[in-house]
Parts: sequence; C-alpha cells; structure tokens
Amino acid sequence: MIKQPKRILTLLTSVLILVALFPGSAVAQGSDPTDDDVNAIAKQLYCPVCENIPLDACGTTACEQWRGIIRDKLREGWTEDQIKAYFVDQYGDRVLAEPPRSGFNWVVYIVPLLVFVGGIILLYFAFQRWRTAEPEESSRKGVKRAADSRNSTDEYISRVEEELRKRSKG
Amino acid sequence: MATDIGFGSLLITLIVSIYGLGAAVYGEKEKKKAWILSAKQAMRLVFPLLTISIISLLYLLLTDKFEVVYVQEVSSRSMPDYLKITALWGGQSGSLLFWSWLLAGFTSAVTLRKWDRDQDFLPWVIVVSLATLAFFVLLNTFFENPFIRYWETSEGIARAFSRPLGGVPIFPSDGRGLNPLLRHPGMIIHPPMQYLGFVAFIVPYAYAMASLITGRTDDRWIQLSRRWTLWAWLFLSLGLVLGARWAYDVLGWGGYWGWDPVEISALMPWLSGTAFLHTVLIQERRGMFKQLTMVLIILTFNLVIFGTFLTRSGLLSSVHSFTQSTIGPIFLAFISLILIVSLWLLNKRWNILKSRQVVTSYFSKEALIIISVVLFLGILVTSFWGVIFPKISELVTGQKVTVGPPFYERVAAPILGGLLIIMAICPLAVWGYASFKHLGRLLWKPFILSIVGIVLPLYAGMTHWPAVVAFWLVAFVLAVNAIEFFRRTKLRRKKHIGSLWESVVHVFNKNRRAYSAMIIHIAVVLMALGIIGIEFFQTETQGTLPEGGELGLGSYKMVFEKLDVFDTDGGRNVARAVVSVERDGQIIDVLYPRRDYFYDSGQPMTIPGVRSTLVDDFYVILVDWKAITAESATFKVYHNPLVKWMWIGAWIFIFGVVLATWPDKKIKPFPVRS
Repeated sequence: MIKQPKRILTLLTSVLILVALFPGSAVAQGSDPTDDDVNAIAKQLYCPVCENIPLDACGTTACEQWRGIIRDKLREGWTEDQIKAYFVDQYGDRVLAEPPRSGFNWVVYIVPLLVFVGGIILLYFAFQRWRTAEPEESSRKGVKRAADSRNSTDEYISRVEEELRKRSKG
Repeated sequence: MATDIGFGSLLITLIVSIYGLGAAVYGEKEKKKAWILSAKQAMRLVFPLLTISIISLLYLLLTDKFEVVYVQEVSSRSMPDYLKITALWGGQSGSLLFWSWLLAGFTSAVTLRKWDRDQDFLPWVIVVSLATLAFFVLLNTFFENPFIRYWETSEGIARAFSRPLGGVPIFPSDGRGLNPLLRHPGMIIHPPMQYLGFVAFIVPYAYAMASLITGRTDDRWIQLSRRWTLWAWLFLSLGLVLGARWAYDVLGWGGYWGWDPVEISALMPWLSGTAFLHTVLIQERRGMFKQLTMVLIILTFNLVIFGTFLTRSGLLSSVHSFTQSTIGPIFLAFISLILIVSLWLLNKRWNILKSRQVVTSYFSKEALIIISVVLFLGILVTSFWGVIFPKISELVTGQKVTVGPPFYERVAAPILGGLLIIMAICPLAVWGYASFKHLGRLLWKPFILSIVGIVLPLYAGMTHWPAVVAFWLVAFVLAVNAIEFFRRTKLRRKKHIGSLWESVVHVFNKNRRAYSAMIIHIAVVLMALGIIGIEFFQTETQGTLPEGGELGLGSYKMVFEKLDVFDTDGGRNVARAVVSVERDGQIIDVLYPRRDYFYDSGQPMTIPGVRSTLVDDFYVILVDWKAITAESATFKVYHNPLVKWMWIGAWIFIFGVVLATWPDKKIKPFPVRS
C-alpha cells in the first residue's frame, strides 16, 4: 500500500524535472499540428483493421483515433520516424506501406528483380543465338523484305486492286 | 416457387454441362458425330437454362422476398428498382450466379458459328468450356446457393434450401440493403464489364486448348478467337477504367488507383492478355513465338480464375472482397487442375510449336514487341508477388506485412516509360530486318517535333525531371503516330485524286487493324497523361472551417458556404456542404461534397464535389462535421492535374478496340467466266 504513492511521487518529480530541464521544447510543442502535418504521416500508415486503405483516407472511428494519436505525438514534439516506429512497436510491421528492408522481407524486393533480370538475360541470349543462327541468308532476305514492306506495299496492293477491278468489269 | 424454378434450372444446367462434357469426349473417342452434335446442343442450352435462374433471382429481388437469404442480405424495401437489379451482383452467391450466366452466354454463343472447317476443334472447345462452367455452377449449387431461405427450427434460425426437420419458414420484414459503396452508377456497370472481360477469355483459351489437344497448331485457332479476345480485352479494360472511375467518385481518397490487391487481381489478366494480343500479332505475321503465345493465353486464363479466387475466398481483405467463404480450397484445386492440364498439353506439343523463323534484328517490329511483352510481364511478376507476399510472410515468419503502392509504383513507373518508348518506335519499325540507321532516319522528324514536350513543361516552370521525361515521351508517341499517318495519306494523295477526307478514309480502311492499334496506342498515351498528372503533381490539404471559412490550395481557394443535413428517399441521411471555388478572387464554381449515411446498412458513403477541366480537377471531400450548432466542417481538398485525360483516353481506347473488332466487309465472290 505504501509502495504505490511512492512510485507516483517519483514519477511526478521526474516529470517535473524533465519539464524544467526542457523549457524550450515545451514552447515548440505549443504550436498545434495542422491536419496536413497529420495526414503527411497518416498517408504512410495502414491500420490493421481496414487493410489496404491508407490511414489518411480511412473513415472509420479506429483510424480517426489513430490520427488523433499522431496529432498528440506531433504536439509532444515527436518526429515522423519516431511516430512511425511507435506504431510499428504497437502493431507490427504491417502498419507500414512497405515491408521494412530486413530479414525475410528482402525476398519481396529481390524475387521480382531476379525474375525480371533473368527474363532480360534470357531474351538477350535468345536474340544472340537467333542472330548467329543463320545470319547471312536471313538478314539479306530481311533487308529486301523490309524495303519492300516500307515502300511498295501500298503501291503493290493498289495495283492488285486495280487489276481486280478491271477483271471484274471485264 | 421462384426459388424452386431458379434452383431447379441451376441443377439442370449442372447436369446438362456434365452430360455435354461426357458426350463430347465419348463422341470424339468413338468417332460418333451424333454424340458431338448432342454435346453441342447441350452447350447451346446452358445459356437459356441459366437465364431462367437469373430471372428467378431478379424476380425475388424485385418483389422483396426477404425470406430468401440472398435477397435479405443485399436488398431492402427502400431501394429503387434499378438498385435491386444491381443487387444481383452485390453479394457472393448472386454475383457467382451472374458470373456463371455470362460464362454460359459466351459458351452458348460459340456454338452458333459455323463449324464446317473446324470440326476437329469442336469437341475440345465444348469440353473446356463446359468443364469450366460446370465448376462454377457446382459452386453455386452446393456452396453458394443464392436460393436458400430462412427457417425457424428448434435450434434457432437455419439457412437451407429445403425445409429442415420441424422447420417453419420465416419472412423477415425488410432486408439489410445493398452495400452503399455499390450504389453508384460506376459500380452498376463496373462489375458486369469486369466479369464479361474475365469470362470472355474462356473462348480463346478453349480454342488454344483444342489446338493443343488436336495437334493442329497452325494459326487457325488464333484467327477463330481473335475477335473474342479483343472483346474480352475491351471488357476487361472497361472494367478496370470503370472501377477506377468508381474509386475516384466514391471511395474518397482523391485518386482512382490504390494498388489494392483486388485491383491488382483484375490488372494481372489484363497485363498477360495484352501481352498475348501482341505475340498473336507476331505469330500471324511471322509465324514466330507460338510457344510464348500459348504460355500467355494459359497464363491469362489462369489469372482470371486466380483473380476470382482472390476476391471470393476471403483470403484478402480489400474494399472488394466478399465475406469469408468456404469455397477457397475448391477454387485452389480447380486452378491447380487447369494449370497442370494446360502445361502438360503444352509440354506435349512444345516441339511442334517451335518456329523456324528467328528474330534477326533488335530493331525489327517483332523484337520490339517481344521487349514490350517482357515489360508487361515485369509488371505482372511484381504485382503477383506483391499480392501473395503478405500471405507467404505470414506463413514463414508469422509476421503480417503490407505491400502497398510504393512497392508497385517503383516498378510500374519506369516500365510504363519503357513501354511508351517502344510505343513510339514500333509503328515505324518493320517486320524482319531493320537497322538502327534505318529506324533513325524515320525517327528524327518526330523526335524534333517531340522536343515541344520538353520545352513546354520547362517553360511552365516544371523542374521535376521524371515528369518532364514523361511529358516528352507522350509528345514523342503522338508525334510518331501523327507523322506516320500523314506520310501514308500523302503517299495516297500522290497517286489518287480525291478529297483529303477520302484519302484519310482510304488509308485507314486499307489497314484497319494497324490504324485501330494506332488509335488504341494514342488513347493509352492520353491515359498516361492522367497518370502523370496524379502521380507527379497531385497536391492536397485539409482543414476544419467555420461557415464562411476559407481553405487555399495552389491558385485555388474554397469557401465553406453552408452545410445541410437532411433525410432523403431511399433511406439515407445526407450531409451536404455547399462550397464555392475561387481563383484570382473570382467564384468559378460551386461544389456539393457530401456524406450519405444509409440507415439500412449503417454505412456511410463519401461523394466528393469535383470541378473537372482538361487542365485539372479540384476535388473536395467532406471529411467530418460538427453538430449543427457548431457550424463547422472538415474538408479535404485535392488538386489533381490532367486527370480528365484518363477518362478521355478511355473513351478513345474503347473506340479503337471497337474499330479493330468491327466485322470486315464481306468479300464479294469473284465472277468466273465459263
């Protein structure tokens, strides 16, 4: 029974000492954070209840409370990173928009990169193989075909059409 | 009575589908044509049969039969009739039935064409289509039956189709009503379009499988399914765009795309489907990449089923997901089955699909298209991985994580840039062999023209370099297409006398597919403008204002005039603010952002007030308001530059695809002189 008030007393004194030690920060905290300050941080967070809706756009009461917490913390002079760390502490990594780059989470970043780079390399080698497969013949043929298709298809088709028209009349 | 008819018809569809499937296999095996024809009749029958089920459910919805569980869950007396119709796809079992009905529509429609030349495909197209349909109807019959009703029993309220022992039917007086987020015009047509896009891919897939099974792996299956694929692609694109529009208008987060898992699950088949459309082009022109084309159609169809699974299994939580359901494992089994069978068939025919043609130049059209396909697949892989990673993480480490927009955007943004570059070069590239020099000769003119796209943004004071690059790319693609079309028209006018319009029409008609593609690509570029606007230049602010209070954002200022709170028909309470928008001291518009609260479902809906111009959107959301005495309200305001181009581009896109799918003029038979 005696212990409890003693603890409260210690707490109170330490708080008083802290306040006395940092009068400057108390003044800075006086300026009220704007909605935009709150949203700037809320935008980067996701509450565990309404998954996949960023906190700044979510209309539920829970999210409103979270925004209230952000506002309070800002008022107390916390930085953006501290506030984010606070939510991670409380609710886990899932509150962040992206998995933090550590441990197993690296997998999410590396796998698409590997697949994509793998695809490009595969394609590159395929191109190389194709180019060396029958370079002489196919490329020469290709040049001719390319030239044909650019310049004379139109004329060619119109000539065929002309021919057809003549025949159908005849 | 209507429940009996609806469910009865559903059961008959299941039986008919399974019969048709069996008859087709038997007829093919025993070479008995009559059985195959019978299977074809069965396939033709499934659509009318499911139509009966759909009409029954619509009747139940429109006549407020709340003793039916589905009707009670998604409808209410106060809802207007058009919303009661919308409620058909407003919940799990109803939308699944709707899905099966659309699938049956495509399945039955396929039987209507003449099969003379393609008799060998017929049995296998029947098997694939009916197997898929049977699966969905099975789900509807045994797991998600929309026709079950409420019964009062000694153990409480039961949900069953037929009367449980000692059960007494209950007649609830009203229903819970449709989810308010679904009560929006965009939402009324978004799901049907999305579903149409999904189910229509059954046709090219069925043809592809038929071609693998029969070993007839020439281009015939592609010719037969080309229009179907384009329609599927059009509907899927429309579904995505309408969904985006709905999000923009109703979800109230100032944007249209949030990389939500379910959005992604609709995007994935679109990505692989788009890649498929492009490799088809190479296959038709050069007879190459047949293997890849097959892989892509298999992938697309699997992603369609996978997307449906994601939305309906309760595996994901998102604005879209239906309630927790038991159908997840069955779905997964079905996906595995089609994947294994498809890949097994592909493996069997792998060698016949090899082509003798090769890509000889990096700058040939086929090479560029293949690079773009790899880019599409790059977004696809990232999307797929991002969607499933949270589940994997939970399994491996027990830790839940969120994979949100920054993850996807990091990949999608540069890839979109790459795709724009290819879109710019590709119309000028030729099939077969092309050198960089050759391409360069054609590119310098549009390149110089496109410098406008750099100069103008810089002149306007833009310093954000990715945005400047993006604008340049847009200008480049537009310049290439414009110059190329101009060149062709000029060429025509040199040879023929006629009005300019006639030449334009002639040039267009002569290669309608290519020019439709051009229109589609221009549309995509315009949509890219919308994306650039919101991704790079969106700004926002929020504030709580008293009546007459002001909130500024950029060159705009909004003034909170007043707030009215009132009840309206349809059981909603509306809080509507009147906000005037000012620029340079002039009132330029009055907006009415509102928050509707639905009494029946107890859910709110936020409808922004938007002033939309070709230059920018001014988007105001009513976030919150104090009791009437306090007379103050919180607003969130977004400035979204260029967003309107997204919707304009979408309209042009639709126009382009419709042009591409428009039937060709029948070629008149050539008279032969005897």
